[in-house]
Parts: sequence; C-alpha cells; structure tokens
Amino acid sequence: MFHYTVHTSLDVVEEKISGVGKALADQRELYLGLLYPTEDYKVYGYVTNSKVKFVIVVDSSNTSLRDNEIRSMFRKLHNSFTDVMCNPFYNPGDPIQSKAFDSIVSTMMVQAC
Amino acid sequence: MDQGSAAGTGGTFISLSDTEQRCYSGLYALCQPDSSGKLAAGKVAELFRASQLPAETLHQVTEVCGAKRLGYFGCGQFYVALKLMAAAQVGLPVRLESVAGELPLPVFVGIMNELEMRYPNHPSTNESQPHILGSLTGSAPRPPADRPVLRHPDTSMDKQEAWSPPRSPGISPPRSPSAYRSYPYGAQRNGTDTLLAHDGNVPGRLSVPQENSSPSHYSLKLQSEHPVITCVASVERLVERAEIDYSDEPWRITEEQREYYTNQFRSLQPDLNALIMGTVAKNFFTKSKLPIPELSHIWELSDVDKDGALTFPEFCTAFHLIVARKNGYPLPETLPATLRPGFVEPGVVTVPPSEATEPLIVFDDKMMPGANQLEMGSVDLQMTSRPGVTAKQDTRDESRKPEFSPKRIPDPHEKPIQRVSTLKPDSPQELDANMKSRTRPRSYSSTSIDDAMKKVEEPPTPPPRPQKTHSRASSLDLNKLFQQSGQGSRPSQHSLSAKSGWLPPPPALPPRPPATQIFSFLPGSEKSSQKAVQQPNFADFSKFREEQESSVRGGLSTEDLAPPKSDSTLRHQGHAPQKPVRRKLHPESESATPPSATPYSAATLTKSTQRPPPKQKREIQMAIRKNRETNAVLTRLNSELQQQLKVVHRERVTLESQLELLRPVAST
Repeated sequence: MFHYTVHTSLDVVEEKISGVGKALADQRELYLGLLYPTEDYKVYGYVTNSKVKFVIVVDSSNTSLRDNEIRSMFRKLHNSFTDVMCNPFYNPGDPIQSKAFDSIVSTMMVQAC
Repeated sequence: MDQGSAAGTGGTFISLSDTEQRCYSGLYALCQPDSSGKLAAGKVAELFRASQLPAETLHQVTEVCGAKRLGYFGCGQFYVALKLMAAAQVGLPVRLESVAGELPLPVFVGIMNELEMRYPNHPSTNESQPHILGSLTGSAPRPPADRPVLRHPDTSMDKQEAWSPPRSPGISPPRSPSAYRSYPYGAQRNGTDTLLAHDGNVPGRLSVPQENSSPSHYSLKLQSEHPVITCVASVERLVERAEIDYSDEPWRITEEQREYYTNQFRSLQPDLNALIMGTVAKNFFTKSKLPIPELSHIWELSDVDKDGALTFPEFCTAFHLIVARKNGYPLPETLPATLRPGFVEPGVVTVPPSEATEPLIVFDDKMMPGANQLEMGSVDLQMTSRPGVTAKQDTRDESRKPEFSPKRIPDPHEKPIQRVSTLKPDSPQELDANMKSRTRPRSYSSTSIDDAMKKVEEPPTPPPRPQKTHSRASSLDLNKLFQQSGQGSRPSQHSLSAKSGWLPPPPALPPRPPATQIFSFLPGSEKSSQKAVQQPNFADFSKFREEQESSVRGGLSTEDLAPPKSDSTLRHQGHAPQKPVRRKLHPESESATPPSATPYSAATLTKSTQRPPPKQKREIQMAIRKNRETNAVLTRLNSELQQQLKVVHRERVTLESQLELLRPVAST
C-alpha cells in the first residue's frame, strides 16, 4: 500500500536530481530531504552517485524524528547497501536477501519508532 | 620457552609447580608452536574447548592472559591461560590473582589422555591427574557421562544436529558437538587403557563397545562427511585420518583442509597474500553447485572486510562453509569464531589492507607520470566543466597529450602522489602554466578542449572587424558607406581605386588636391582615431558621392584643383606630391584613391592652413552637414537596433514565463 506513495515520490526525486544541471554529480547533495508531505506521512529521499534511490516513508504523527536522524538512517542504508553490492553473487536489481542488510534495516526501524 | 615465568603479560609472575610445568609444556607442544613461539590458534581453540568451560569464561581467559591484546598466544599467555582455566574449572573467577595460588591442573577432556600417553614416566603425574580428575567430578565427568548416551544416537546418526540440542545448555552449540565429538574419538584413539583410566572416574561408559564400533563408525562417518575433531590427535593421528575431513560442525579447519584450501587458492591466485576478486571467486564457488542464495550468504559471512574480494583466510572460510554446506550442515547465521580470519590465524597478519593498496599503488604509480595528466584533467574540468576526472580520463588525456608528459614531469616530481581532490587546489596555481603549455600543443592535438581554446582565442580578434560592419543594418547606404569607409581605411587603396563606383578614397587623404586641403585638414585633426578618420571619410565619401551625384564634382574638382594649381608655384614641395596625386586623382576622380594618406595629409596640412578661408569654411560646412547626416543615419540604425533588442527582450520574457509555468510545483 506504500508502493503508490513511493512511486509518486520517485517523480519528485527525478525532478530534484535533474534540476541541477550545472553542478556535477559529485557536487550534488546525496540527501534530498523531505520530498513530499501528505497528511498521513512524510517521504524523504536520498540518491546515490549511481542513481540508486532510497526512499523513507515516515508517519506524520511521528514528529520526534529529526532531520539528522533521517540523514543517519540514509547513511546506514547506503553503507549496508554497498556491503550487499560487494557480494559478487548479488545481481543488481534482485530483491535483497541479505540477512545482515535486513537486520540492519529492522534495527534502524525499531530505533526510529 | 620461558617456563619459569609463565606470565609474560603485564609483567605478572606466576609460579608453576613441576607438574604444572610439565603439563603446560606438554600442552604447549601440543598446540604446535611455530618458530617464534606463537601457538597455532586452532590448536589453542581446540584445547580451550576441551576444557569444557563456557564460552564467556574462555573469552575472559583469553582477555586476561593477554592473548587477545597481542592477537596470538605466546608461551607466557598460554601458561597464564592454562592457569586461568584451571582456576575457572575449580570455580574461581578468572583473574590473575586467582592464579597466584596453588591450583590443580586444568582439565582438558580428551587431552589429558594425550598427556598421560606422553608422560608415562611420571607416575606422580599420572596419579595426580586421575586423582584430580576424580575430584573434579563436577565439570569434567558430567559431560562425558552423557557421552555414552549420546554415542548411540551419534553413531546411528550421520548428522550431528541431534547433538546440538542436548548439548546446548552446556556449551555453545557449535562448539559442543565438536567438543563432544572429540572426546569419543580422542578417547578412542588414545587407547583403551587411558580411556579406562578416565572411565574409572566416570560412571560406566560404553567405551569399549563403542570403541569397537567406533572405528567402523568412524570410517563410516568419514565417508558420510563426518566431522573429525583432531583436537586431541597428534600429528600422527592426523596422518591416520588421512582422508579429507570435513570438519563442519566444529567449524574448524584441519590442517589437511587448510592445505587443500591453500592449493585451491593457489590455483586461483598464485600469491597467497593477494586477493581473489569477487568475480573469480564467484565462478569458482559456483562450481560447487550450491544455490546462489546460499553462496551469497556464504560470501556475506566470509568476506569480513566487505571489500568484494577474498583474502586467503576469507577464502578458507568460504571454502570451509561451502564444504560444510555440501555435507549437509546448515549455514550459521553469524560467522563462527574459529572461522573468523582473525581468530583462526592470529599469527598470520592479514594483508588485505596492503594488498588492497597494491592495485592502488599501481594506480598511484601510474598517476605519478600521469599526475600531470590528472592536473590536465582537472584543468580540463575547470575549462570545460566536465564530470569528475577518472582514470579513463587520465589515460585519455595521456593519449591526447603525450607531448605534455615531458613538460609535466617536473611537476610530479615536486609533488608526491596526489589525488584529484588535492590536485584541484594546485590546478589553479598551475592553471597559468597549464594554459601556457596547453596553448602550445594545441596545434597538434585535436581535442575539444583545444578547439574550445581556439575558439576562445579566436573571438577576440574578429570583433574589431565586425564592429565596422553592421550586418543588421537595414540601410544599404550605411553598408555601402561602411564598406567604403572600412575598406578605404585599409591601405589597400589602390585596389579600391580600381573599383568603379568608388568614391574618392577615404583616408581623408585627399585624393584630390583641393580636397586635400580640406580633407587633410580634417584627417589631420582627427588622425589619432581611426574611427574619427572614418567619419571624415564618411564625410568625405558622402561629400564625394554627393559631388559625384550632383555632378558638381567636376566643378568642385576643378575648383579644388584650381587653388592647388595656383599655389603650386608657392609650394613646390607640397605640390610635387600633390601634382602627381592630382593627376592620379583627376582621372580617378570618380574612383579616387588617396595615395599615401598620412604623409600626404602631413604635407597638405600646411597647405590647408594656407587655403583660402572661405573655401575652407564652405568645406567645413559641407563636412558638418555630412557629419550630421551620418549622425542621423547612425541614430536611425541605433533606434532600429534598440527595437530589435526590445523584441528579443520580450521574447525572452515570454520564454521565461513559459518555463516557469512548465516547471512543476516543487515543495521543500
């Protein structure tokens, strides 16, 4: 049920990363910030240098989450994602089945909530 | 081997009794010390596990004795550890203080047999040990008591998972089966006498029948991927179990296995200290026909440094896990301690960092001669705002500008290996140098940068030219006028004279002698500025044209000619140049070209002052009129251009508004 939200936020991400035409890729900020607030939830975006997009959907009622926490969450996500990618048996595009990755994500979500 | 002072860690001195010394030295020898006195961690781990102490205690022992700090077990650490384990087995806390006192020998189930075997000459030892064993019924004998119970299911079952649950309360599951496995085999191998000696303290063990069946079972298990623990076995025993053992459950790698892995590693990568790349390893491990998710999991477990490549220990770990999986053992969720590269081979310094830097070093070496290219690359970045410099770009720059290398060599020598980030601050400093040097090879390197450079340099020169011509000027008159003026100002006046329809030459220089009076006056006054010359030229031209059109020219010319003629006698010198000029001009009155403008004007300047004022005034007035007309034309042109500018402005505004409309509403 969040897929719809995530898909709509992808457009916002695309627009954000394509807007800065003059800046080079490595000058562009990886953290995109609050993409799209609705009444129910807030969507945060993060894009890597290889155009892999991370989207976090947070319940709007959870106002205790600060921007720095979101940033650290994205950083952890990015790190564990790179670890997953290092695995030569992992084909990019496959659903991630790494248990380490799942554990990191779950602990992160538990911390957030 | 310093047996006297057992504790080499922290300077604490722990005394050892004779028995302890003997025992410890035996154990030390058992653990296969290498030349520097460090013990094989595998052996030490086996020994520790044989002590049947809980894992936390063993960790504490390792920590206290200092091996954890050092990363390996030296003689001192080993002795301290043994004493600590003895203390722990007695029930004392694992502290250095507790080992200060007299303690019984630590009990290593399955290993004491070895010691008894080794030291048959020490009846005291033998006597004491069983005695001690008898006293330590709490810890040691209890697990063996379960052994007979477990042996049956164990022998009947190939898989050892059944072992884990019953053993879990005692010791960690991965270790317990291993330990328990070791006991029967170790005990069996040690011979019945020692076994019986053990059993003397332990309530009835079905060791004998087990022993009979065990060899067969053992061989059976060998075939059925039975994990053979060689913790007790000496090297001879290892040789006895010559078949490849898959020690899965204990998650320990035997020597044979290690040799096998080493050979396999060598087949992939000759250098044992180097890395196996991920793709290479992937192909290799895929041959094992394990499902990809499991291989992926194995990789995750074994690639500890997460670099996408396997060092030798990582490779052994991965191979071991694959072997285990193939033998049916479930993959652990986390890497067992024995399989960790750091633990299994504490003495071997893992060199992935250094190896990881090897390719980097190669790259850096390439960067040394290529540092110049990197600088070039960074300059290129700045020049052409390209994306980040990469190695490819460096090589491309290298290939494009090979001639740069000799120039650049002095620069890299000054600086050590630099990264792009550090080069960028340097690049502005060297930008000038780069620019200068770049301009030189530009001629023979056909790159876009060079083209851009050329383009950059080209524009400055043309502008002066276009300024003279207004292509957008709608008035042809002006064009013609400017063309005439522009071309007239050029020294190519002779060529102009050949053209028909050309009015008398620009540069003021008086194609016509009479004109010389006035034109020389005018150009003389405005000789400094070319444009100013143009204007009088315009004026001259227009005047000439008018004269031509009005066909008054003839009269004018005659009039103009007249005074010079009259003055010719007066100024011989002036006339001399004038006359020929006049002659030239006269026939060329319609398409006149002033011969040498400046000297002529200089020569005629004096004349002009001597010209009759009225004619001068008239000419001046004519010139003024012409200037006014030129002004009018120019203002008209200006207004037209202004209008065009406004139109363009409007278009730009509309486009911008459209862009704003099209841009989606962005929040944040």
